[in-house]
Amino acid sequence: MKLELRGITKRFPGVLANEKISLTVEPGEIHALLGENGAGKTTLMNVLYGLYHPDEGEILVDERPVHFQGPGDAIAAGIGMVHQNFMLVGVFTVTENVMLGAESVRGPVGLLDLPDARRRIVEVSERHGLRVDPDARIEDLPVGVRQRVEIIKALYRRSEVLILDEPTAVLTPQESDELFEIMRSLAASGASIIFITHKLDEVMAIADRITVLRRGRVVGTTRPAETDQEQLATMMVGRDVELVVSKPPARPGEPVLEVRGLVVRDDRDQVAVNGVDLVVRAGEIVAVAGVQGNGQTELVEAITGLRPIEAGEIRIGGRAVRPDPRQIFLAGVGHIPEDRSDNGLVAGFTVAENLVLNTYFLEPYSHGLRLDRERIVADALEAVRAFDIRTPSIFNDVANLSGGNQQKVIVAREFRRPIRALVAAQPTRGLDVGSIEYIHKRIVAKRDEGLAVLIVSTELDEVLALGDRIAVMYQGRIVGILEPAEATLERLGLLMGGAHPEDRTAEEIAALAGTITGGGAAAGGGAAAGGGAGGAP
Amino acid sequence: MTAAARPIVLGPLALRRHQVSGLAYIAIAALIAVAFGAGASADSVSTFDLNARSVEIKLPLVVLPTAATAYALALACAFIGAAQLARGFGARRGLVLGLVALVTVSAFLVWAASDRSMNLVGVLGASLQRATPFTFAALSGVLCERAGVVNIAIEGMLLTGAFTAAVAGSLLGPWGGVLAAIAVGGLLGAVLAVLAIRYGVDQIIAGMVINVFATGITAFLSARVLTDVPSLNAPERFAPIALPVLSDIPVAGPILFENNVFVYALFGLIALLHVALFHTRWGLRVRAVGEHPRAADTVGINVLGTRYRNVILGGMVAGLGGAFLILGSTGRFDRDMTAGRGFIGLAAMIFGAWTPIGSFLASLVFGFADSLQARLAILNVPIPSELLLMVPYLVTILVVAGLVGRARAPAADGRPYEKE
Amino acid sequence: MTNDGRASEVDRAPEAGAGQPPEAGQPAGPGEPAGAAARSLSGRLAGLAGSLVIPILAIFSGLVIGAFVIVLSDLKVVGLWTSDPGAAFAASVRDVANAYGALFAGSLGDPGKIVAAISSGDPEQMTRALRPISESLLSATPLIFTGLSVGLGFRSGLFNIGAEGQLYVGALFAVVAGFSFAGLPPVIHIPVAIAFGFLGGALWGFVPGLLKARTGAHEVIVTIMLNYVAYRFIDLALKNAPVQREGATNPISKFVLDSAAVPFIIPGLRVTWWFVIALVAAAVISWLLFKSTKGFEFRAVGLNPHAARYAGMNIALTTVLTMVIAGGLAGLAGASVMLVPQGKLTPGFSPGYGFDAIALALLGKSRPAGIVAAAILFGVLRAGATPMQAATAIPIDLVVVVQALVIMFIAAPALVRGIYRLRLPKGAQAEVFSKGWGS
Repeated sequence: MKLELRGITKRFPGVLANEKISLTVEPGEIHALLGENGAGKTTLMNVLYGLYHPDEGEILVDERPVHFQGPGDAIAAGIGMVHQNFMLVGVFTVTENVMLGAESVRGPVGLLDLPDARRRIVEVSERHGLRVDPDARIEDLPVGVRQRVEIIKALYRRSEVLILDEPTAVLTPQESDELFEIMRSLAASGASIIFITHKLDEVMAIADRITVLRRGRVVGTTRPAETDQEQLATMMVGRDVELVVSKPPARPGEPVLEVRGLVVRDDRDQVAVNGVDLVVRAGEIVAVAGVQGNGQTELVEAITGLRPIEAGEIRIGGRAVRPDPRQIFLAGVGHIPEDRSDNGLVAGFTVAENLVLNTYFLEPYSHGLRLDRERIVADALEAVRAFDIRTPSIFNDVANLSGGNQQKVIVAREFRRPIRALVAAQPTRGLDVGSIEYIHKRIVAKRDEGLAVLIVSTELDEVLALGDRIAVMYQGRIVGILEPAEATLERLGLLMGGAHPEDRTAEEIAALAGTITGGGAAAGGGAAAGGGAGGAP
Repeated sequence: MTAAARPIVLGPLALRRHQVSGLAYIAIAALIAVAFGAGASADSVSTFDLNARSVEIKLPLVVLPTAATAYALALACAFIGAAQLARGFGARRGLVLGLVALVTVSAFLVWAASDRSMNLVGVLGASLQRATPFTFAALSGVLCERAGVVNIAIEGMLLTGAFTAAVAGSLLGPWGGVLAAIAVGGLLGAVLAVLAIRYGVDQIIAGMVINVFATGITAFLSARVLTDVPSLNAPERFAPIALPVLSDIPVAGPILFENNVFVYALFGLIALLHVALFHTRWGLRVRAVGEHPRAADTVGINVLGTRYRNVILGGMVAGLGGAFLILGSTGRFDRDMTAGRGFIGLAAMIFGAWTPIGSFLASLVFGFADSLQARLAILNVPIPSELLLMVPYLVTILVVAGLVGRARAPAADGRPYEKE
Repeated sequence: MTNDGRASEVDRAPEAGAGQPPEAGQPAGPGEPAGAAARSLSGRLAGLAGSLVIPILAIFSGLVIGAFVIVLSDLKVVGLWTSDPGAAFAASVRDVANAYGALFAGSLGDPGKIVAAISSGDPEQMTRALRPISESLLSATPLIFTGLSVGLGFRSGLFNIGAEGQLYVGALFAVVAGFSFAGLPPVIHIPVAIAFGFLGGALWGFVPGLLKARTGAHEVIVTIMLNYVAYRFIDLALKNAPVQREGATNPISKFVLDSAAVPFIIPGLRVTWWFVIALVAAAVISWLLFKSTKGFEFRAVGLNPHAARYAGMNIALTTVLTMVIAGGLAGLAGASVMLVPQGKLTPGFSPGYGFDAIALALLGKSRPAGIVAAAILFGVLRAGATPMQAATAIPIDLVVVVQALVIMFIAAPALVRGIYRLRLPKGAQAEVFSKGWGS
C-alpha cells in the first residue's frame, strides 16, 4: 500500500507543530522519520493514525484521499501504530490486549472467543518470529516482550503500514538488532514501516529512505547511501553541532558519596538493586549508563532516601545516613529527580515557593513556624537572574514554565544550597538542545568547584559527554566501570546488554560492533555518535 | 547469562505477616474463651431453631451447652492461630481469616442465645433481605467504577429511587413504580456523567452534590406534598413468591427461594453482570476503559461514550435498589430512609474486589451484621442497641482500611479522560 | 501502561513546549526581568472581582432553580396552569416572592426599621430590629468552623466528609466539660470547655487521618462511616446516667453551667461571642496556611504528594496533623452550639453543618476569608428558612436544595459559563481534588 501525506499542518495553542509536511512511503519500504525532541514527529504520526485531525492537508492511501475520524478508521485502512509508551492494559493477558477492539466473538451477545484469538495470535507470532506467551499478564512481562505484543497487535489487524515510535528507547543494542531483523522481514513481505527516531546510527543501519524534520517542517529526504551521520545531524539541528562537549579533566579528591553492598527492592517486591558498590569523589562526575529498568531508578531513590534499603549502607562524607530524604538533604546531597513535574516541582505553587521547596523550614527562610516571605522573594529574584530562568514573574505558577525553565528552577534550587554531592537522574530528558548545553555546562562548572556528581542517564551521549568515570548497570548490578578512553560504544552496548566483553574473541566483538553501528564505528570517548540532540522525546 | 547472585542479606528481623496474624488469632481465641465461655453461666444452654414455618420437613432443634461450646470454638480458633503462627497459609490467607470470623461469630451467637432460643433461619433470611439494597448499591458501583468513574452518589440515587417508587407506585401500581424508579435513577446517573465527564467536575464532589440534592428534594417534596396527600405514599408492595420444590429444602429453601421479585432479579443481575463483565466483548472494553483509557482509545473504543453508558446503567441499578426499599420492604417513604446504605454498598464493592459476585458475598456479611443487631435487640441481649447499630459501620471501616485484605481498583478509577 | 510502568511527559501536552529555542520559550519577552514588584493593588482587586463572578452567578442560579421548585411543588398552582395561565403565573410569582421575601426578611430584617431603631437609641427597638441579623450570624458561626475544617482538608488533598460526626463528638465533650467542673471561674472554665470541644473533634478526625496515613484507607468512606458511628454514640451517651439530665426520659443532656457559657454580645439577642471566636479562628487558619511552615507543607502535600516527599516532607504526619486540626475545628463548631447560656445537647441538633461545610469550602475556594463570607451567606439562608416555613408553609428543606445547586454550579464553572455565555479568564486552571480510591 502506498501512503502519502500532503501538506499536513497541525496547530496547537501557541505552537505550530506540523507545517505543510509532505512525504510518501512506498510499499515494502522502511522509511525513517528523523528529528530531535519537539520536531513534530509524534504529532505527525498521531495525525496519520487518526488521533489528531489535521488543520490543513490530506492523507492519501493508494492515491485516494482518506479522512480518519479516529484510530478505528486508520486501523481499518491498514495503518498500525506501536506507541513509544505502550498502550497495553497491565492486568490483561497478551491475548486480551491484542484482541481489544478487534475481538473474536461467538453468538449474538458477543461472548469472547478466546481460543480463536489465541490461535490467530500464535499464527502471527510464528510467521514473524515474535515469540510470546498468549496467556501471560502484561504486567509480568519484561519491556522487550511487551514491545513484541504491541507489534503483534498491529499485525493482528492486518496492518500494511506499521508506525514504530522510538522503539529502541527501551532496548539493549542486541534487542534492537532483533527488532531490525523483524523489521526487515516485515518489509520483505510487503509491509511498509515508518520508523521514528532521533538516533543517527540506527537510521543509517536500517532505513531505505530518511526524512528529516526540524521545527515542524521537512528539511529534506535522502538515502543512507547519499549521506552520513554528520550531515544528518546538521539537518536535524540546523547548525553545526558540536558533537563533543569539551571539558577540562577532573581532579578527584576525597570520597564524598559511598555506596556499599546496596540491596533495594522495587514496587513489586523484586530485587532491583542487587549488591551495588559505588564511590563518587569530590570533583568528579560518575555517570551511570544502562537501559531503563535495570535498577537505576531504584538506586537513585535509595541514595536520596525515597526508598527503603534492604541491605548495605550509604555514607555521605564518611558518615552513614538514615534513608530519609530530609536527613540526606541536610547531609549536603542535592537531587535532581528523574521526573521533574511529578517529583521535583509542585504545580500550583509559584516559582518562588518551588525554589524553597526543600529549604523552607531552615533559617533564614523561616523563623520557627513563621515563613520569612521577604527573604524568600528576594532569594527567588536572585536565583532567577543568576540562572536565566524565563518567567514573567516569580509569582507565576511553575507549571506555566517551559520544560527547560522548569528544570532550571530545580537546578537553581539545588545549586544555591551548600551541597557536597549531587545526584542527577535523567537531568536533560525532554529538553531542547540549548537547555541541555546550559545544564551540562553548569554541572561541569560545579564539579570543578569540588562537587561530587552522580549522573544516571539512559542517553549514552550524555553519559559519554559528562562522565569522568562511566559505570554500567545491568539487572541491578554494576557490571563495569570504565575510563572514558575505554568506553567505546560497542563496549558500553555489550555491558548494557549483559555480555562480558572479555569473554568474547576479537572477531566476535568486531562482528557485534559492526551490526550495532552499521559500519560507522565511533572510537574513543566523547564522540557522541548516538545523535547530536540527546534526550528522549 | 545471569551472573552468580551474591547472597541477599535480609534486613533486621521483622515479624512476618503470618506471625502477626497468627498471634492475633490466638488473642481472639482467648477473648472468645473469656467473654463467651466464662461469661456464660455454667449450666446454661443455647437453642438454635433451624426451621421455618413454611417448610414441611422439620429439623430437630440444635441444643448446645453454652460454655462448653464457646470453649470448644475458642480452642478451634487457637489451633488455627497456632498453625498460622508456625507456617502461615499463604494464598489461602483470606479463607483462613473468613474461618476465624465464622468461629468468632458462632461463639458470639452461642453466647447471645444462652438460655434462649434463636431462629437461625430467620436471621439468615433477614440477612439476605438486608443485603439486597447493599448489593444493588454495590453493583451500581461496579458498573461505574469498572469504567473508571467513582460514584459516590449511589446513596442519593437509592433515595430518589425510593421516593419515585413510592409516588409512582401509588399512582401506577407496583410495576409502574419500579419502572419509574429505574428511569429516575438513570436520569441521576446521566447528571453525574455529564458533570464528571463533560464538565470535568471532580467525581467525588459531583457525587456529593447529587446526594445533597437528593436528600433535600426528597425531604422537601415529602414534607410539602406527601404529608398533604398521603395517598401518594401508599403503594402496593410485591408479595414474596415461593418457588415450588426449591423452597421446601430445609434451611436453604426458605432463605433463598421464598423471596419477592426484587431478590430474584438481583440473583439474575449478579449472574448477568458477571458474565457480561468477564466473558463478553462489552465487558472487555469496559474494563479496558477503566484500566487504561488511552490504550482503549487508540484501538478505536469510544471511551467517553462507554463511561456515559455505564454510569447511566449504574444509576438505573441504584434506582431499582431504591424501589426495593419501598416496594419490596417498608411500603412507605420516610425522609433520609436510606441511612447510609449506599455507602455500605460502596464498601461492599471494595471488599468484593469490584466484582459482582464478590460484592454480593460482601453484602451478605454486612447484611448479617445488620440483621444480627436487630435480633439481639429483640432478644434483650445485655448490650445497648446503639453499639450493635454501630457494627456495620465499624466493619466497613475495617474493610476499607484493608485490614481484611486489599484489592486493586481499576487503574484509571476517578481520573477524568482527556482527548486531545 | 508505559514501557517502564511510569507516567511520562509524552502523554501530556504536545512536544512543542520542549522543543522551543530558549528565546521563545516563555510568553515574556527575552529581556524582561522576572516581575520584581508584587502584584499591584488594582491587579489584585481585578482578580478578586473576576473570581467573584462565578460564585455570585452560582448563587443566583441556585435561587432561580429554587424558585422553580417552589412553584412546581405547589399543587394548587400547578393545576391552575391548564385552566387559567394568567392567574397561575401571578400565583407563581406571588409564591416565590412570599417565600424569598420571608426568607430574607427573617434573616436580615427590614433596613428601614434597623436605621430607625439605631437612630432612636431605644434598646428594645434595636433588639427587635437587629434580631434577624443576629439569628443569621448565630447560624453562621458553626458554619465558619466546619467550613474551615473542610477547607483545611481540601488544601491538604483530603476530603473531610466527617465534619458532621466530628462536631457531634466535639459537642459531647464540650457539654460534659460544661456541666462538670462546678466551681471554676468562667475565665478558666470556658477555655477548658472549649479545649474539650476541640479535643473531641480532633479525636474523631485523628482516626481517619491515621488510617489514611498508615493503610491508605480513603477518608471519604471512613469519615462517612464515623459520622454514623458518632450519631449512635451520642444517642447512647444521652440515654445514660452521667450525661443524661436527671429525671429526663428523653435523650437530652444536663444543662451547661453558667460558668462555662460564652455570653451574648447584646443582651436579648442570641448571637454570642462565639461569632468573634470563629472569626479569630479563621484568621489563625489563614496565617497557618499561608504564613507558616506547616501550612507550606499542607499545601505542598495537597498539590503534589510525590514532590512533597522528595522535598523531605513527612506525608503521613501531615495527613494526620491536618485531620486532627480539621477535626478539632469541627469540634469547635459543636462546642459553639453547646457552650452558650442554657446550652444542652440533643440528638440531631445539627441541621447538617458538616455537609454544608463542603459547599462553603468550595464557594470560598478553600481560603478562610472566602469561607467566612460563604458561611455568613449560608447562615442567612438557614436563619431565614424557619420564618419562611412559618410564613408560607414551604419546608426548610428548600434551602438544602438551593445549597446543593449552588455547590454544583460552583464545582462546574464551565456549566455556569456555558449558561451565561462567559469567556474563560486568562490563566485559569482547573483544580483537581482527588484521584479515586488509590491515592
